Amino acid sequence: MAEATGIKEIIKPENLVYKKTKLMTDNTLSYCPGCGHGTAHRILAEVIDEEGLQSQTIGVSPVGCSVLMYNYLDVDMQEAAHGRAPAVATAIKRLLPDKFVFTYQGDGDLAAIGTSETIHACNRGENILIIFINNGIYGMTGGQMAPTTLEGMKTSTSPYGRDVKTMGNPLKMTDIVATLPGTYYVTRQSVHTPANVRKTKKAIRKAVQYQKLDKGTCFVEIVSNCPSGWKMTPVQSNKWMEENMFPFYPLGDMKTPEE
Amino acid sequence: MAKIRGSIIVNVDKCKGCEVCMVSCPTGTISMAKEVNGKGYNYAFPANPELCIGCANCAMVCPDGVITVYKTKI
Repeated sequence: MAEATGIKEIIKPENLVYKKTKLMTDNTLSYCPGCGHGTAHRILAEVIDEEGLQSQTIGVSPVGCSVLMYNYLDVDMQEAAHGRAPAVATAIKRLLPDKFVFTYQGDGDLAAIGTSETIHACNRGENILIIFINNGIYGMTGGQMAPTTLEGMKTSTSPYGRDVKTMGNPLKMTDIVATLPGTYYVTRQSVHTPANVRKTKKAIRKAVQYQKLDKGTCFVEIVSNCPSGWKMTPVQSNKWMEENMFPFYPLGDMKTPEE
Repeated sequence: MAKIRGSIIVNVDKCKGCEVCMVSCPTGTISMAKEVNGKGYNYAFPANPELCIGCANCAMVCPDGVITVYKTKI
């Protein structure tokens, strides 16, 4: 039957359903195979493209795996010192209030060294979008324990598993900022299945639209995998994430604007 | 009855062989190649192209955005 219909008949420009957005450059991503960063980059680029904000967007990239994000997104980007992306984004948004400003940070950046910047930017209600990629580990530097590492989770600096007596409890950053009066929209999503990718895209689109209302900080956490840091294959790590990360970091909206 | 047929094109050079698309495909269209690409990864390819329904699930989850999807009614 394949011969009867012909693959060449299907592959025509008018039948196109999905193509990588033009806002993603043709550079090869530096991430490990199966890393959620690539998907998160792509859906953010798609939303910016579909909202027609390419020329009005200024992004702030963090220190971490996504430090080279400005090579992959075809929008204006600014690099910030480790953890200071919300502070830099605050300055950009206050000086250029017409621009769409977002930060993109990992858990080592946002929840460890940048805790105070994040909490104070959210508490001031700065009109920015913070995208927080949570994989429970310092991926770039070799899988060390991060504040978001789960109890009992093995990392290169906690080889017998995280012991809460000596190493403290995992930090739920999103729950903390949801309690602050400055935040407008706080949600936790993931990008490991097609359904979750679509939900996350919807959440990012909402956050982009809310920034035009000038109501406060939008905070989107994306629970992601780290196949290299967790020492698993990408498919195994997605399964492990569903079984272990989601019970502790449940997906869903933490704070939605009152309609 | 109109039947929906799809087709995918994988940018083989950029595929990192993570297999996330293979797991998310509802019809079992995608398999991993036995050969490797220039970077040494076993790339994804449509092994059973006649099964593809053009749902774009594989393209949605692909971290590297290497999959392009086409769909038509016949």
